[in-house]
Amino acid sequence: MSARVRNLLLRLLFAVALPAVLVVAWWFASDDSTDVYRPPLRTILGTFPDVWTGERLREDVVPSLLRLTAGYACAAVAGVALGTVIGSYRRVRAVCEPVLEFLRAVPPPVLVPVIMLFAGIGDTMKIAVIASGCVWPVLLNTVEGVRAVDSVMSETARSYGVTGIARLRHLVLRAASPQIFAGLRQALSIGIILMVISEMFAASNGLGFTVVQFQRGFAIPEMWTGILLLGLLGFALSVVFRLAERRALGWYHGLRDASRRSS
Amino acid sequence: MLDVRGLGKVYEGSGRRVEAVRDLTFTVDAGELVCLVGPSGCGKTTLLKCVGGLLTPTAGEVLVGGRRVTGPPPDMAVVFQEYGRSLFPWMRVRENVELPLRQKKLGGARRRGLVADALESVGLTDATGAYPWQLSGGMQQRVAIARALAYEPEVLLMDEPFAAVDAQTRAELEDLVRGLWRQRGITVLFVTHDIDEAVYLGERVLILSASPTVVREQLRIDLPADRDQLHTRVAPRFAELRTHVYEQIQAAKRGTPADRPAEDLKPADRPAEDLQDPDVSEHPEP
Repeated sequence: MSARVRNLLLRLLFAVALPAVLVVAWWFASDDSTDVYRPPLRTILGTFPDVWTGERLREDVVPSLLRLTAGYACAAVAGVALGTVIGSYRRVRAVCEPVLEFLRAVPPPVLVPVIMLFAGIGDTMKIAVIASGCVWPVLLNTVEGVRAVDSVMSETARSYGVTGIARLRHLVLRAASPQIFAGLRQALSIGIILMVISEMFAASNGLGFTVVQFQRGFAIPEMWTGILLLGLLGFALSVVFRLAERRALGWYHGLRDASRRSS
Repeated sequence: MLDVRGLGKVYEGSGRRVEAVRDLTFTVDAGELVCLVGPSGCGKTTLLKCVGGLLTPTAGEVLVGGRRVTGPPPDMAVVFQEYGRSLFPWMRVRENVELPLRQKKLGGARRRGLVADALESVGLTDATGAYPWQLSGGMQQRVAIARALAYEPEVLLMDEPFAAVDAQTRAELEDLVRGLWRQRGITVLFVTHDIDEAVYLGERVLILSASPTVVREQLRIDLPADRDQLHTRVAPRFAELRTHVYEQIQAAKRGTPADRPAEDLKPADRPAEDLQDPDVSEHPEP
């Protein structure tokens, strides 16, 4: 066995060791539980395939994911666009910053009842809620990233005639991309939370709606399966995000490793 | 080719007024390689930024090819000291060299040709697909030089380009620059704080005063055109010239006026060198 393979296996072992221990602990600790609200893990896992059938996935999971995608995408586009404008001009920043700090401090879930008033209880409301919560980390990180564009790079671009759209595309957005991705990563977890919450308030399908329905109907093991599924979904999304980030920021990680080695 | 007339730059901010450059006048002829030396903090970078159109002077003007500089001129390329911050780390070497050419709206084939030629002439044909941070400091500065060459400038500005590389690499890069200059006939303005480098590279050395900066002396370097690290640097004439420049810089630091005649510098068997600008009051009368 080569060192490379052994290394990979070791890393895999480290990654799955703690989750495995936790699951086993949960399994045995809950095995003889007779508490209705805390059913044994055995029961929960046994219920899982019955609850999350193909039809349920289609009718609850897919709509939830579509809302999340739409809201997240709106937030990403708006956050990067506004953040670039605010980060580029000192005056705009001076005007906007206090307002931004205030809006960021408002917990997004309290916006749900407000947004319901004008956006109704349909998909528009949920997308608006998700977008309005996700936009802040993207926006504020973009502002910081755009502000911090290196002065020498900026002068280089200027003296070689790289201005306007080309400057934005080849210099500003690329230089800010590590920060933008940090914002997008924070926004992703906020987005999942808001997806569930908005569906718990008012919906006729979706993951949040289903979990609440089970709880109200005292279908406790089913409710637990919903929670497990949400956890798995969040994990899967963060893996996908990490892959995308590694592709887009390959240069950044390489640069960091290179400067770490040399210092 | 490059005409600097009465250039002055005063920074004003938060109640402080700093006169970085007082009154600079000099010219660089087409195809000439001129080095600028001065005591540290003498406003060399300010001067270069004004020439490059990155700063607006508060007095005087800069002309490139007869046209007044109001922004970065399209026929001028700059090589900065901080190669690590001047190359874009998210672009490969090839893309870094090619980006300015895209802005010039050159066709794909023409661009590829220029990029390949520039990278070949700095000896980096094998590194086109690498990222800048995968290369050594000297190689990164070669990429920056290649980017400048591919831009096909009339005038090349170099702002202490080798200040951040080790001595051996610096010697190689000096020879590279001199070689490229002789090959391509570009006009080069080379700013440095290294006296030996200035004398070794230049056809002419402009010695600046301490800030607020004026031209203290213009010195023609009458070394043979074929120079190499081994022989040129030990030539008696090289030693004389570098000693003179060194004395001038020391005097500039102390703030004494440039009154010492360069009489003893003239080789006995040669006619007096006529300096480019007879109207520059700072240069000593031969």
